[in-house]
Amino acid sequence: MNTPSPDTGLIAAQPAPVGKAGVIGWVRTRLFASPLNILMTVLIVWLLMMGLPPLLEWALLKSNFTAGNAQECRAGPGGACWAFIREKYRLILFGTYPYDEQWRPLLATLILLAVIVCSAIRRFWNLRLVVIWVLGLACVACLMWGGLAGLTYVENTRWGGLPLTLILSTFGIACAFPIGVILALGRRSDMPVIKALCVVYIEIIRGVPLISLLFMSSVMLPLFLPEGMSIDKLLRAQIAIIMFAAAYVAETVRGGLQAIDRGQIEGAQSIGLTYWQTMRKIVLPQALRIVIPPLVSIFIALFKDTSLVVVIGIYDLTLSAKASLSDPLWRGFSIEAYLFISLIYFIFCFAMSRYSKQLESRLDTGYSH
Amino acid sequence: MKKYKSKGLAFSWNDPTCRAIVYQIVVLGLLAAVVWYLVSNTMHNLEVRNIRSGFGFLDREAGFAIGESLIEYSPTDTYRRAVLVGLLNTLSVSAAGIVLATLLGVVIGIARLSGNWLISRLAAVYVELLRNVPLLIQLFFWYALIVETLPGPRQAVHPLPGVFLSNRGLRFPVIEGGSMAWLMVGVFVALALTLIAHRRMQTRQRTTGVHTAIWPLGLALFVALPLAGYFLGSGQPVLSVPELRGFNFAGGANVSPELTALLCGLVIYTSAFVAEIVRSGIAAVPKGQWEAAGSIGLGRSRALRLVVLPQALRIMIPPLTSTYLNLMKNSSLAVAIGYPDIVSIINTTLNQTGQAIEGILIVMAAYLTVSLSISLFMNWYNRRIALVER
Repeated sequence: MNTPSPDTGLIAAQPAPVGKAGVIGWVRTRLFASPLNILMTVLIVWLLMMGLPPLLEWALLKSNFTAGNAQECRAGPGGACWAFIREKYRLILFGTYPYDEQWRPLLATLILLAVIVCSAIRRFWNLRLVVIWVLGLACVACLMWGGLAGLTYVENTRWGGLPLTLILSTFGIACAFPIGVILALGRRSDMPVIKALCVVYIEIIRGVPLISLLFMSSVMLPLFLPEGMSIDKLLRAQIAIIMFAAAYVAETVRGGLQAIDRGQIEGAQSIGLTYWQTMRKIVLPQALRIVIPPLVSIFIALFKDTSLVVVIGIYDLTLSAKASLSDPLWRGFSIEAYLFISLIYFIFCFAMSRYSKQLESRLDTGYSH
Repeated sequence: MKKYKSKGLAFSWNDPTCRAIVYQIVVLGLLAAVVWYLVSNTMHNLEVRNIRSGFGFLDREAGFAIGESLIEYSPTDTYRRAVLVGLLNTLSVSAAGIVLATLLGVVIGIARLSGNWLISRLAAVYVELLRNVPLLIQLFFWYALIVETLPGPRQAVHPLPGVFLSNRGLRFPVIEGGSMAWLMVGVFVALALTLIAHRRMQTRQRTTGVHTAIWPLGLALFVALPLAGYFLGSGQPVLSVPELRGFNFAGGANVSPELTALLCGLVIYTSAFVAEIVRSGIAAVPKGQWEAAGSIGLGRSRALRLVVLPQALRIMIPPLTSTYLNLMKNSSLAVAIGYPDIVSIINTTLNQTGQAIEGILIVMAAYLTVSLSISLFMNWYNRRIALVER
């Protein structure tokens, strides 16, 4: 074809190449590139056409947003009963916190969110962040407990819902972080006893499920304390969560410590810095910077894992949703309730994972390869 | 320690070795003091509550029924047997979950890299949706879906002849009278024969260049041998088909709503993580490998299977290991929907006997043993397939 014609010395005209630009080109390359591809596309479109309309009908078209009671919902055309969420959202979001005081957990939630958002902004990555965390968490404690500045005292057994989930995870990571850093340093230590202790702690905690730690905190911890002394249930769960998170933080930080060149430590030693000075001024600032994206992942996992406190009866977001289902007047709307809290968890986790991804590409200075 | 050699026996605070020894003695002393304090408190508390410590309770009669069990169990059996039932349930759910999640995850991970826009988008939505919702809520969701929205046994959904889906779980026909042990023997013999055949095929391809497909033989072996073992191992096989009798089914085998929900939740949740690992593993293989495979005439699927996946596997093994370990540990969430795994059985046990410390120790020891075995096996596999560089 491409050999020049003997008569004219010209090569024959060829058909234009298949267009790859524009909408048609995009459809051709991204949906109908090969016979198998065409088959898959058709199959998926068919499946979507079978599955999506009933789903949309259930969730939106046939659903009931305004019903005053469960009978009205059930009498409808058989869609979702979002009126249930409308009726129960205060219980799901704030648990059994006194109804008239629920602006306090709301404000506490907003403060916690602000603290998390501040931690995400690079401008605050210095000593100010510590101040923000301490102040934020102190404000949250004042708001939730009350008992001062005219706020009535609310026992922590009545806390519940989203603020509790956020408190468990943010307090958890805030306390686990320093412990984790110390464990990571201990694991890298030259002293065999300290190294062994850290390794044993980290591996045991990482080898068992969080549920067993929560059970331990709820049934074993009371036995450890001297007679007459007791720690309340929420604090015990928080301790279990901190112990759990610390081991994972330690492993992540150890990864960061290993990535730091030996020359940095030797350089620090050669100008006469002590071990702690070397770590604080030279090694940790570099190591922690590397491990920020995996730390965000740990926070996401911890945020999801706090839902396990359900098994020891703490009214976090998940158990509050379950509690809302036990109202005899509104029986049988579990799917709606679980979808609602799934959406809340999803928004938080998705936002954080997006942030982590973006951070990873921005922190990548290009020197690591 | 080796770096700082002490010159003499003389003690000096300026000697790092001496300092290190003092620090370690102090830490050990503090630890011993704390442990002694806790143990003495615990002893005292146990005495006050009249609980005798020790594992003697394991030989007492359990007295509670267990819904699902792989081995014979009745409420008159001992606690030891009950714990074993729980452990076996945990192990079987984890094993099934790992296999199914890997299969589903690999498919979705490859789908995410597909050139087809629709497929890759759908796979991305699947991964993002499932990864970002806690597993516990997914378990509750599946459980509620089965128990609340499926009809009762009388109006059971009937997708295939003999298969019934109702709020009592999934009923399906089984062949009874075969031997499970011989079936397992069949599986192992089939595995061994397939491996031998694969070795021989590789040798032949290396020497003669002739490629023979091994999968038809393997498939035949894996179907024929276990079946043969199953039937030849014992007497008359009988097909047991479920049928409606009164308000429930009789005959056939049943997968309970708890197990269905647990497996669904575990597999779907973990498959999203496996998919992400597969995707990033494949993406980490340099583009040149694809191009080189293409230039020697391999198509996209063969390039993936023969060139890219084996290299991606090396990158994928460490994160896959921790995902498998997570799945195993996550199976403890079964306690929240009432499937009798080891945590749930220990929970019942310690509510009945008050032996909290022993119960928790058993759970932790069981999980630690399994975790360590999985990670040892995966480390061995990782070393085996690691790139041997010159």
